[in-house]
Amino acid sequence: MEFFHEPNIDWMGKKWYFIGASLALLVAGLISIAIHHGLVYGIEFRSGTQVTVKFAKAPDLGAIRRELEKDNWKGASIQSIGPASEHSVMIELPLQENASEGAALDAGKNAIVKVLTALYGEASSGKSDFNNATSKSIEDYLLVSDPLGLASKGLETATSTYEKLAQAMVQFRDNPPQSGLIADFQQLSSVPGVTPAVISALQKGFYLSGFTVRNTEVVGPKVGSDLRRQAVYVTLAGLAAMLVYIWFRFELIYGVSAVIAVFHDVLITIGLFSLFGKEITLDVIAALLTLVGYSMNDTIVVFDRIRENLPSSKRENFADLVNRSINQTLSRTILTSGLTFLAVLALFLFGGEVIHGFAFAMVVGVLIGTYSSIAIASPILVYWQSRAGKGGVRGKRRVYEREIATAKR
Amino acid sequence: MDHTRLRNRTIFILVVLIACVLGLTGIPKNFQQLKENLANRIHLGLDLKGGTHMVLQVHVDDAVKVVTDQALERLRDEMSSRGIPYSTIERQGISSILIKGVPDSKSGDLDALVGQQFSTWTLQRVPGQPQSRLLNMKVSEVAMIRNQALDQARETIRRRIDALGLVGPEVADYGRGDYELVVQLPGVSDPTRVKNIIQATAMLELKLVRGGPYPSRDAALSSFGGVLPPGTELVPGNDESSGSSGGQVWYLLNQVAAVTGRDLTGAQPSTGQNGQPIVNFTLSREGAVRFGEITGKNVGKQLAIVLDNRVVSAPVIDSRITDSGEIRGNFTTQQASDLALMLRSGALPASISYINESTVGPSLGADSIRDGIIACIVGFLAVMVFMLIYYRGAGVNADVALILNLIILMAALAYFQAVLTLPGIAGVILTVGMGVDSNVLVFERIREELRHGKAPGAAVAAGFEHAFRTILDTHVTTVAAAAILFTFGTGPIKGFAVTLTIGLIANLFTSVYVSRTIFDYVLSRRQKGEALSV
Repeated sequence: MEFFHEPNIDWMGKKWYFIGASLALLVAGLISIAIHHGLVYGIEFRSGTQVTVKFAKAPDLGAIRRELEKDNWKGASIQSIGPASEHSVMIELPLQENASEGAALDAGKNAIVKVLTALYGEASSGKSDFNNATSKSIEDYLLVSDPLGLASKGLETATSTYEKLAQAMVQFRDNPPQSGLIADFQQLSSVPGVTPAVISALQKGFYLSGFTVRNTEVVGPKVGSDLRRQAVYVTLAGLAAMLVYIWFRFELIYGVSAVIAVFHDVLITIGLFSLFGKEITLDVIAALLTLVGYSMNDTIVVFDRIRENLPSSKRENFADLVNRSINQTLSRTILTSGLTFLAVLALFLFGGEVIHGFAFAMVVGVLIGTYSSIAIASPILVYWQSRAGKGGVRGKRRVYEREIATAKR
Repeated sequence: MDHTRLRNRTIFILVVLIACVLGLTGIPKNFQQLKENLANRIHLGLDLKGGTHMVLQVHVDDAVKVVTDQALERLRDEMSSRGIPYSTIERQGISSILIKGVPDSKSGDLDALVGQQFSTWTLQRVPGQPQSRLLNMKVSEVAMIRNQALDQARETIRRRIDALGLVGPEVADYGRGDYELVVQLPGVSDPTRVKNIIQATAMLELKLVRGGPYPSRDAALSSFGGVLPPGTELVPGNDESSGSSGGQVWYLLNQVAAVTGRDLTGAQPSTGQNGQPIVNFTLSREGAVRFGEITGKNVGKQLAIVLDNRVVSAPVIDSRITDSGEIRGNFTTQQASDLALMLRSGALPASISYINESTVGPSLGADSIRDGIIACIVGFLAVMVFMLIYYRGAGVNADVALILNLIILMAALAYFQAVLTLPGIAGVILTVGMGVDSNVLVFERIREELRHGKAPGAAVAAGFEHAFRTILDTHVTTVAAAAILFTFGTGPIKGFAVTLTIGLIANLFTSVYVSRTIFDYVLSRRQKGEALSV
């Protein structure tokens, strides 16, 4: 099977379309960052409290907001995330002012749990919430109520039995399809070791609320900006390392072109995150790093072919040579990109909510990374060589000779 | 290629493969055990399996301050015993002591004193104040105290968490060089209790009560005419008479403690005479001597038990106490056992604050793992099926290389006990992408050489030779960047770099060495004139 049979496309002749398209995307992203959505940083890059909650039924977001405001929590952001059938909601509170100590950091989380318990639990019943209970607290409760009548067998036996039982029930509760929410205590009867006596004991001490806290992030004021800075510095350092290596293996201009192309990819991807109002989290940073690696890989493959073709092409126009090199590697480019795209598309479609932002960055990144090797990196190279060829910086001849020497190394 | 070489290569590849598979699975007796072995060997990050991750700041300057204060006391004593007069002596900032009013005639004596007794300090004149001197702690000493405080805090926190009996906790430096520690608690979804235990300084001091309790600080001050007697201090505490909900009262205590937490050799939760939870402690021999002397002299007086600068209780000394005692307060059973734990693990050398906390609930963790596995399987299957369709015979070759690559990567992760996180999976995806790319580069090249009329054997050789240079360049470039990320990045960025680096090295082996060996095998079995399936 074969997609392309010796394609002959004049890529460099279309460079202005490419550059135009890239500029349009860049400008759209910049405009979005400047006046539309801005950049939505994930909680780890800001500061505050972010709690992800899964509800049994569609929750009343307005009521949650009203209750929070009653408790003097202003500026809460409450939004549904993931597919609607999941009833997942992300609640975010800013840090309280002057909050730097542990207790103050916890305040936001406690406030959210309090409000949710008031709305979706049975706060007044005096019972505990089974859906948000830890296995330790369930174990302690069972030890006291002793539904299996183990007291006579000694504390040690009772403790280890109830510990295992509590862990098994929590495992059952937390794994799909329950995913953290049990609607009826009878569901627990499918857990090995759970007898009707255990269930009725649980019912006396616990109730089943309609929510479960899935994820909590509390970020102090200091970390956020530090992390952001660090991510940028480390990425720049990584790019510099790549530049140096390509400089050593090819020529400085190859490295510069490749790095500019990668920059272009990252900027456009970030712009798209702004356009779609998606959060830039630490995981997205990891995806951007992946995109850098991927785009660089793609560019080097094309450049490598150019380098290989140079010795046999003294009469050929440099732009033609670049076209020929791109065409020769086109089949590979489409195939690799297509396959990688397939893999990340699977991640995007099936990977779940945690991985969503990450997968989005990857899907965009694979497309842009492939495009930029042809549409950005190569034209820069051609532009530079044509200037050199017109007696600009160096004679064309000398450039070629150096390239031949490099290629033979 | 001759057959011996081909056979040796095949054996080598099989050995690597078997070593990796056994490294991952062990020798399981059944499917259940296989699953357990895999789960034990591949360490999933907290973002994938649930748990709490906290970053905390150790305020190491607290420890520097304590050393400075101790030096100040020593300096005061030494100056009086050597007859060097001064008007005031006080701490400045965290690591300096300002001495005022030293007459010129005694300046040489002070220099000598510092030279002999304060070798980690330097004395300097204060511009414009001829009778003042500034004693500065040497920078190297400050750095050492800070690092010691960090080490000690790390160890203390580790002891406390270990004592809680959690599964697989981790305490480590955060890696930004800012005296920060990262604490990972797998499976903990309600970290409040753990946090309180970690954060408590647990500085225990037993001090004689000189007066009080007073209802407020002002009341205490006014009963002494606004000036406290020398060597005393006011410390807040709970009003014991009004029970656990009691208001705040103030005690006047001796500034110098009779014994401190450092004199403890043990602490155990227990129940008192009325069945209320208490903490029993035992003292070291040295502490017991001191404690016996002080309690013997002060029978009938109150002794305050001060924890983190707060009076927990102030019982009356009934008789001379030597090597053991008990702490009563309005504790619950849990509080008593937590307090005993903290006292056993020692006091923190510096205060601690939390700067970041993230908890992934276990249900989210379970969902992430399931979704992640489904997505990965779908992705890999799609890629593998496509390679088979597109390259037919050679597609098998590529798929074998890809699977072997993943096995080696996972085995290496297990071997290095690296943790697989979400960003780590990003690294795996890039690895797979570049792995497939390597195969595609080689195959496309072979096709190209075949089109130019080369014989299959020569085409394969030329294909690998040409593609190898490209593959090497792309891999080295990416590994160079990954090395930078690993060196300077923290947490998630590091995790990405680790899997990527391992994956790419494995990939060089599989997509070049293994793939070439498979081609050679296919070529050696080929009938003359038969076409190469690529």
